[in-house]
Amino acid sequence: MQWLNAVIQGVLLGGLYALLAAGLSLMFGVMRIVNLAHGVLAMLAAYLGYVVVNNMGLPWFVAVIVVVPLMALVGFILQWGLFNRALSKGGLAPLLVAFGLAVVLAQLLQEFFTADTRSIKIGSIGTDSIQISDDIYIGVFPLVTFIVGVLVIAGVQIFLNRAPLGRAMRAASDDPDTVKLMGIDNRQVYALSTALALATVGLAGIFIGTKTQFSPTYGDLVLIFAFEAVIIGGLGSLWGTLVGGIILGVSQAIGSQINPSYGLLIGNLVFLAILAFRPQGLLPKAVTT
Amino acid sequence: MSTPTAEHPHAIVTSHAKVKRSTKSSWAGLGVAVPLVIFMAAIPYIVERGLQSQLVTLFSLIVLATMWNLLAGYGGMVSVGQQAYIGIGAYGLVYLADTVGLDPFLAVPVSVIIAGILSIPISFLAFRLVGGYFAIGTWVIAEVVKQITTQIDALGAGVGLSLTSLNDLSPGRRIAYVYWLSLAAVVIAVGVTYFLMRSRLGLGFTAIRDDQTAASSLGVRVTHSKRFVFVVSAMGCALAGGMIAANTLRITPDSIYSVNFSAFMIFMVIIGGIGTIEGPIVGAIVFFALQQWLSDLGTWYLVIIGVLAIVITLFLPRGLWGLISGNGRIRLFPVGYRLVNPIERFGLHPQAAEKD
Repeated sequence: MQWLNAVIQGVLLGGLYALLAAGLSLMFGVMRIVNLAHGVLAMLAAYLGYVVVNNMGLPWFVAVIVVVPLMALVGFILQWGLFNRALSKGGLAPLLVAFGLAVVLAQLLQEFFTADTRSIKIGSIGTDSIQISDDIYIGVFPLVTFIVGVLVIAGVQIFLNRAPLGRAMRAASDDPDTVKLMGIDNRQVYALSTALALATVGLAGIFIGTKTQFSPTYGDLVLIFAFEAVIIGGLGSLWGTLVGGIILGVSQAIGSQINPSYGLLIGNLVFLAILAFRPQGLLPKAVTT
Repeated sequence: MSTPTAEHPHAIVTSHAKVKRSTKSSWAGLGVAVPLVIFMAAIPYIVERGLQSQLVTLFSLIVLATMWNLLAGYGGMVSVGQQAYIGIGAYGLVYLADTVGLDPFLAVPVSVIIAGILSIPISFLAFRLVGGYFAIGTWVIAEVVKQITTQIDALGAGVGLSLTSLNDLSPGRRIAYVYWLSLAAVVIAVGVTYFLMRSRLGLGFTAIRDDQTAASSLGVRVTHSKRFVFVVSAMGCALAGGMIAANTLRITPDSIYSVNFSAFMIFMVIIGGIGTIEGPIVGAIVFFALQQWLSDLGTWYLVIIGVLAIVITLFLPRGLWGLISGNGRIRLFPVGYRLVNPIERFGLHPQAAEKD
């Protein structure tokens, strides 16, 4: 029974990983930028949420309302001021700039918030749970996280497929030069894409900041989890990312069940096994982004 | 590939022209480098132990920067996981010397070879990813190596190990030996990079950088070349790991497998100038100087260096060495081919005929 429980908790955790990975996947899909600062930006969002809830004493949902648009703004500015410039340099520049940003931002967070671990307060909903059977409980907060993760993945997918801006993003990804001929400013599309990506990062940051004890270096793990979810699922597929997140979450939960110190290791090994035996991922290009 | 002259100088070149590899500056460089190494070798007789230990740190940074540049600057592979090999080199030294009983100065090359062997299967995993995903993939692999290390009791699990087998030596002798080892490591790392890049492999990488598909169609074995460089870089990083362990005498998984090593390597190479042999050396010296100078500022030093690296990536892509050398006119390590022909003599197109 405890194994079934581990699987259920792992699936719920997978929703969080998918939520974390959506922004990484989106930025790569549109601009071919692998944002190495992804995890640290999620930590920035977590700290902003911490300030809103723990320091200012506002309710938890206010953090979402404040931080998500704020992160979108951060994304717009970063793309406009930094990544667009790096993209125009070509070669390794976008990757190196993203890495530099990650290190600088992590150090700044450490400077302002110290290396102490913190957690965003949420009150009783954080510990409430629904009893399924004698020894299986589903936490309300993990369940909400999972649902939000699925909704964000679905929302981004529908947006890319249907909305005019989503179409422009896909077009800019497929053929930037032709898009320019159609009267679309690539740089603006890119900036809006990163804004959207960082809005999801903002949401993910608040959820992870509520779920766990975080510190500036926790961003490293966030980046790795998001990356593993993307690769396990298959590049270019948001639904694949959800599947990847769930597989990663279940692997970690089962690993932790075997031995509490094995969780991360088993998750990483499952990732490496999929990289070795199915490098295209589980659902490659099922839906293009 | 602007001209085919580099590979086939006789194809179109008239009788006035010839291909040269060395330059005046490179002969001058050699004239400075040899006495400099001889002088550096005499350092243990001149300066006190603390300074020697600091120089070992600088030397390990030069080796790391040179190895990261070999990987990224020539091979186009941005790794964020070279700390895996730093750790293997460091743990290899301590385990082989203290537990197995090997001579510490023999344990270093043995662990370098072990790291090289381990990097071969790792390369097959990592090479399934490209670009930025390759970068994070190498990081995950480094995390796995760290997590496995912390599960092995013989390696001190999460607590780490202390190197004790050097305690037989007096402190003065110990630090002098480690210093000479490190100086030799720098000469080997820079020398190996220089000769690799002058060889057929280096020419292949130039072709890959310009156009991977074209290079491949001309018979450059792209993956094979990249794997070779990946293994050499792993061995160089393991060597640096051995130097670090022999210098600090204490290693823990969190410190020796720290992703900060990757940050240091990337920043040194960017600041110094990526894709040159001189750049990483300049970058390592500047980085080391900034680290010492800004040490009172705590974590701010990494903020300042990080911002500097971003600015240099965007506005000075050839780094400080590009600035010093006038965008490559001065070459201490000539890896390219220069066409000396009448047009160049009259100074009409000095850059057009150049290729490195």
